[in-house]
Amino acid sequence: MTPFTYARAADAPAAVRLAEATAAAKYLGGGTNLVDLMREGIERPAALVDVTGLSRTIETRGDGSVVIGAAASNTAVAADMTIRAHYPLLARAILAGASSQIRNMATVGGNILQRTRCTYFYDDTGSRCNKRNPGQGCDAIHGFNRIHAILGSSALCVATHPSDMAVALAALDAVVHVRGAGGERTLPFVDLHRLPEAHPEIDTVLAPGELITAIELPAMSPAARSTYRKVRDRASYAFALVSVAAIVDTDGGAIRDVRLALGGVAHKPWRATKAETALRGQPATAANFRAAAEAELADAVPLRDNGFKIELARRAIVAVLGELTGVAA
Amino acid sequence: MQFIINGTARSADVDVRTSLLDLLRDHLGLPGSKKGCNQGACGACTVLVDGERINSCLALAVQYQDRAITTVEGLSDTSGLHPLQQAFIDHDGFQCGYCTPGQLCSAVGMAAEIARGVPSVVTADLGATTIALDHDELRERMSGNLCRCGAYNGIVDAIAETFAKVAA
Ligand SMILES: Cc1cc2nc3c(=O)[nH]c(=O)nc-3n(C[C@H](O)[C@H](O)[C@H](O)COP(=O)(O)OP(=O)(O)OC[C@H]3O[C@@H](n4cnc5c(N)ncnc54)[C@H](O)[C@@H]3O)c2cc1C
Ligand code: FES
Ligand code: FES
Repeated sequence: MTPFTYARAADAPAAVRLAEATAAAKYLGGGTNLVDLMREGIERPAALVDVTGLSRTIETRGDGSVVIGAAASNTAVAADMTIRAHYPLLARAILAGASSQIRNMATVGGNILQRTRCTYFYDDTGSRCNKRNPGQGCDAIHGFNRIHAILGSSALCVATHPSDMAVALAALDAVVHVRGAGGERTLPFVDLHRLPEAHPEIDTVLAPGELITAIELPAMSPAARSTYRKVRDRASYAFALVSVAAIVDTDGGAIRDVRLALGGVAHKPWRATKAETALRGQPATAANFRAAAEAELADAVPLRDNGFKIELARRAIVAVLGELTGVAA
Repeated sequence: MQFIINGTARSADVDVRTSLLDLLRDHLGLPGSKKGCNQGACGACTVLVDGERINSCLALAVQYQDRAITTVEGLSDTSGLHPLQQAFIDHDGFQCGYCTPGQLCSAVGMAAEIARGVPSVVTADLGATTIALDHDELRERMSGNLCRCGAYNGIVDAIAETFAKVAA
């Protein structure tokens, strides 16, 4: 690990000021991703600003929306009774990730901004990676790429975003509260992460030094049903090969509203808008579920080892919609 | 830096890069917590902080000053064994023993999570305030602790025997 200075921020404005004071400062949440990457020499911050002392409250507002402080632990969010009752897909997505020990340490802000688990990204000494060293080349595109992207990748990067929680937040139309040197702003969660395009080294649209202070969840329709399903190589403690977060609101046998997001398939949590459009207003039938899944995956491009993800994603979408609507697939 | 380890105030003059695990093992003479992977993937380094289990290998010690840290050395509040330690012996909950300190701390943390009603991914009813520690719950909640010797059956039996009452 390269040397760094450490400071603990008392609140969000102090954190931003501390980060501004040193070039190449990084915010430190639970450290479960950052400390690992620093040890590997992939992240080399000159200063760490500890943001675990920032707001960790989970607060329901008058309009039914819920605001979660960025320093709340993953366990605290998943264990919160309001989240469990109104946003079960979020609780389930968090609980499907990592282990209890890691969820106890991990913060909401850090989970969202965790970096890819692409093995070539991690292999600092042996592999080329455009995300780690821009312009170096990508060894994953023609390498062992079973866990890599099938949607939205570029000629420079086929990495996926590893977070489970973020997939649920994408389906929920969450809003990100951010503070930077210029003040505060909000942005839709689905616009936070970016596709790799020509700059895979940049994961999000946040400016350097911008701090996530909170996540806002819009009120859920009481009639909506939601869940999260994760498909992985072992039953627990493994990253997703494919995952689906879904919220469905049915009226009689018809789909009044639906929101779907996929994990494990792209550089960002993938909001499945094509499938949503195909489903809205349609009868909830297995045939319609399958057609919607086909529509979403029509642009999927398999790499050497990950073609199985396309059919896996289709089946996961159909199964989740079937579960939420009670329609046998 | 100032720490509270197993109920005792300790101070150490360490580099800010030091992990909580290296602090315990290399600077405070507490080698019970083990280093398996040093990257959060095995659970051998599990300790309790204010009663919550964490992986000390991924924790920077500097972040854990003035928190109550419990390691396997401090698990029992008597001079004898913690009931869970005795149950591990009774049920052959280990072979080489390398993962055992982490398993023990993790299971104690797990019991506290169950008592607080923290759900797991296999909890069918997220609205339930009391959760029974059945076989599937136990396996899922302990999945952050690997055992290369494969002593899982004994580990599960020892934990179930010790904490079944908590869940009932
Ligand atoms: C063995 C293992 C298995 C795992 N399995 C899964 C899994 O199955 N599913 C899953 O989703 N995750 C998994 N994870 C990843 C884990 O969820 C993340 O490491 C964790 O959520 C990161 O949170 P943190 O608070 O520790 O972040 P940190 O490591 O502290 O920070 C991560 C990044 O976020 C930045 N950051 C932190 N807080 C803020 C903020 N408020 N504003 C701006 N930037 C911020 C940091 O600068 C850093 O770049 C696994 C991790 C390990 C080690
Ligand atoms: S040594 Fe910490 S999890 Fe393996
Ligand atoms: S007893 Fe040997 S690793 Fe578990």
